[in-house]
Amino acid sequence: MTKIGLEIHCQLTHLKSKLFCSCKANYREFEINENVCPVCMGLPGSLPRLNQEAVKKATIIAMALNCSTPEKIAFFRKNYFYPDLTKNFQITQLNIYGDTSVGGKGSVIVDGKKIRITRIQLEEDPGRLIYEGSSSKNQITLVDYNRAGTPLVEIVTEPDFENPKQVREFLNILSDLLENLAVSDPGLDGAMRADANVSIEGGNKVEVKNIGSFHDLEKAVHFEITRQNSLHSRDISIIQETRHWDDKRKITVSSRSKEEDLDYRYFLEGDIPWITIDSSILEKLKSEMPESINSKKERYISKYNIPEQVADVLSSDKFYSDLFEESHSDSNAKEIANIITTDLMGLIDTREKRESSKISATHLRDLADAITSGKISRNSSKNALYEIVKTGNNISQIISDLDLGNVSDESELTGIIQEIITSEPQAVEQAKSNPQTINYLVGKVMQKTKGKADPKLTLDLLKKLIE
Amino acid sequence: MNLKISALEFVQQVQDGNISAEDFVAKTIEQIQSVDEKLHAFLSVNENAVEQARLIDKKIKSGDKVGACFGMPISIKDNMCIKNDKTTCASKMLENFIAPYDATVITKLKQQDAIFIGKTNMDEFAMGLSTEFSAFGPSRNPWNPEYVPGGSSGGSAVSVSAFECVTSLGSDTGGSVRNPASFCSVVGYKPTYGLISRYGLISYANSIEQIGPITRTVKDVAFMLNIIAGIDPNDNTTIDNKGEDYLSGIDSGIEGKKIGIITDMMTDGVDPAVLSATKDAISKLEGLGATCEEVSIDMVKYSVAAYYTITATEAGSNLARYDNLRYGYDFSVEGYEFNSYISKAREKFGPEVTRRMIIGGFVPSAGHAGKYFLKALKVKSKLTKELDEAFKKFDLLVAPTVPVLPFKIGEKINDPVSLFLIDINTVTANLTGKPAISIPYSISNGLPIGIQLFANSNQDKLLLQAAYALEQTVKLPEVPL
Repeated sequence: MTKIGLEIHCQLTHLKSKLFCSCKANYREFEINENVCPVCMGLPGSLPRLNQEAVKKATIIAMALNCSTPEKIAFFRKNYFYPDLTKNFQITQLNIYGDTSVGGKGSVIVDGKKIRITRIQLEEDPGRLIYEGSSSKNQITLVDYNRAGTPLVEIVTEPDFENPKQVREFLNILSDLLENLAVSDPGLDGAMRADANVSIEGGNKVEVKNIGSFHDLEKAVHFEITRQNSLHSRDISIIQETRHWDDKRKITVSSRSKEEDLDYRYFLEGDIPWITIDSSILEKLKSEMPESINSKKERYISKYNIPEQVADVLSSDKFYSDLFEESHSDSNAKEIANIITTDLMGLIDTREKRESSKISATHLRDLADAITSGKISRNSSKNALYEIVKTGNNISQIISDLDLGNVSDESELTGIIQEIITSEPQAVEQAKSNPQTINYLVGKVMQKTKGKADPKLTLDLLKKLIE
Repeated sequence: MNLKISALEFVQQVQDGNISAEDFVAKTIEQIQSVDEKLHAFLSVNENAVEQARLIDKKIKSGDKVGACFGMPISIKDNMCIKNDKTTCASKMLENFIAPYDATVITKLKQQDAIFIGKTNMDEFAMGLSTEFSAFGPSRNPWNPEYVPGGSSGGSAVSVSAFECVTSLGSDTGGSVRNPASFCSVVGYKPTYGLISRYGLISYANSIEQIGPITRTVKDVAFMLNIIAGIDPNDNTTIDNKGEDYLSGIDSGIEGKKIGIITDMMTDGVDPAVLSATKDAISKLEGLGATCEEVSIDMVKYSVAAYYTITATEAGSNLARYDNLRYGYDFSVEGYEFNSYISKAREKFGPEVTRRMIIGGFVPSAGHAGKYFLKALKVKSKLTKELDEAFKKFDLLVAPTVPVLPFKIGEKINDPVSLFLIDINTVTANLTGKPAISIPYSISNGLPIGIQLFANSNQDKLLLQAAYALEQTVKLPEVPL
């Protein structure tokens, strides 16, 4: 049986400052080596100053992944020499001397299968290495320490995945969850990185490191399983090793480094006293936690009678569910859910489009009102939505500017309907015997009015005139 | 101009207009110029000190608000960062390191108009107890320049003893303030762990070390604590002392206090002169109304082994950052890959630092941690329990500061283990986080002996009261400069 375990590194991108100093957690906007201070540069004499918010966010993640959280947490030093570390040790957490990391022993249900979460730990991100020069002999390594000290949560799973599909499904769930908790933006470059342990039946465990995105993680796992299966089928034994993901060539490459032999000499970080997270703190965090995706979904279904599939899509994306929460009322909820999932999601389907979109909750509310009150047809509403996203103008202006208003004048509509009845005698007969087929005639009216006919009025008039 | 005054006397005299800060600082610089070639207390001297003093005098004259130090010249051990000043840790590795920020103690002293007269010599990265392991040559004992001044804050103790400043700040990881204070016949204080911020103190063994004042009098320790003690957001290990005033009630005496005599620090290995001085001090304490009784702290016999295991582990980690990539000395990376470069660059560390880092790589390593590092942590926790027990019965504990008299320069430098063992009376305070003080007590054959008092954690004020009481019974000859 194939076994896959993951180690996912997730930056807490929503925090203001780094894990141990007041430099910005959002290091991306800085020139190289500008977002640094004596602490994150590990200068002689500097001491870490723990960001309490980071501990809270990490604890929230642990709770959301159904982990148990110890009453006291501690930090440890992981000692090794590497140019991306300013102190040549990393401040991290581990559980070898009792459970002292922010969370552990959790689980997530993925496609009906329980994936166990081994441990969740809070740690500092190292700096970023930039390699220059082509051949390995001439290669030079440059270091940008802007990222050094960024708060990072590592989520370690048991080897419970059986195939890349489960991995992908887990990553989807995890991305949505992190976004919903308002702790991390998984879409930011470098915010999510991962290592994977992969083994197939009868083979040794291979660790794949350095996977730079969730997208590549699935690919890397897939590649590694294929590679191992191919070796196995030729009776070549699979050696236990560490491999690196080459994101240009999209393959895994054996690392010649002796990383696996490293002895990290873990010991307690004396500069950070133990932190107590007792039940009262946990309760408070729980009460401040955003509603879970599942709970939202249930609520959408039971309270507003929104179809399960629509509720599922709507609840799992924080951007859209926030928009929904802000704009809906009991009466228009279903309509708004509809607009978002059938039209809006297609309109703004990339990060850039989302960010430049001008749509607000008020727009959605007004648009739904216009549809239900018959001011605009569902068909025309698509055009209106496009205009909203582009211009941010209000609905009534857009309706008048683009002449999207419904034909709801009874005499005008009666004239059009009579024309249709004359030209479609067969359909009229059919509609008389089978009222279901009247929709065909409604469609014809819509065609004629370019979708602007008031649907309710059209139906009423059609029924009356056929009889 | 009399340089032989305490901090409190200095402040009083400047306030009274008897002396000016400028004159005093200028005279102090002269003193440094006259004695330091021989004693080598300083690694660098502040060239702007006189100018800075003049500015403070101006403030005094114009009636502006002036900080509590009134331009007092203070020397700083060269492992604390002063912005834009060299901070070398007496190491070739940091020979050209200019600190870009102030340590918290420096910030606080600056706010109180102290003048940093210079940075003092020390054992490299504070590892040693004789100042012989300075990469820039040893300091010498003002009582006899043939002898070591103790260490690792040797330069600080020398500078106070030889009137090259009024007070000094040292750091104490295993006795590094108290040991040289004892050897140079000045007062040395190791506070409760967390009382003074370590932000800007270059770490050697961060879980047990503290900055501590080295002064002429016990009251001067209290004066310094009033300025530098207390919680600091930049050091998560600091404790809130609620603005304690250590000077108030310092003369309350020790009538009725119970004092335990640590027998494990007064064994046969202790120099007879030290032993008899200690016994004399005990009778003085009784004369002041305290009751003294022997107490055994069993774990003391393992304390030095535990101390060196823990400090080597932490040092191995704390000193790992000196890879010469971000700061350090001039040494091109051309032709090296990362690992070979840092191995080569780190050859600049001196022998004692190298020795301890090698130990520090071994004792916490997989397969050996259980036998060494974890066992050392057990000793530390048992020792703390024993002391906590003792402090249920006693208010204070007493022992010699150092079991031996100052020794000659070069005498023990090739015998690291015998040097290690000299720490036996001082490391207990560090391993347990308790405060301890060394006060000058007597002179034997021209060499100083200090007496050490301990109190329970956060009983710093009580400790200073007791030390002050004992100090009043002592009359010592002047240092033969």
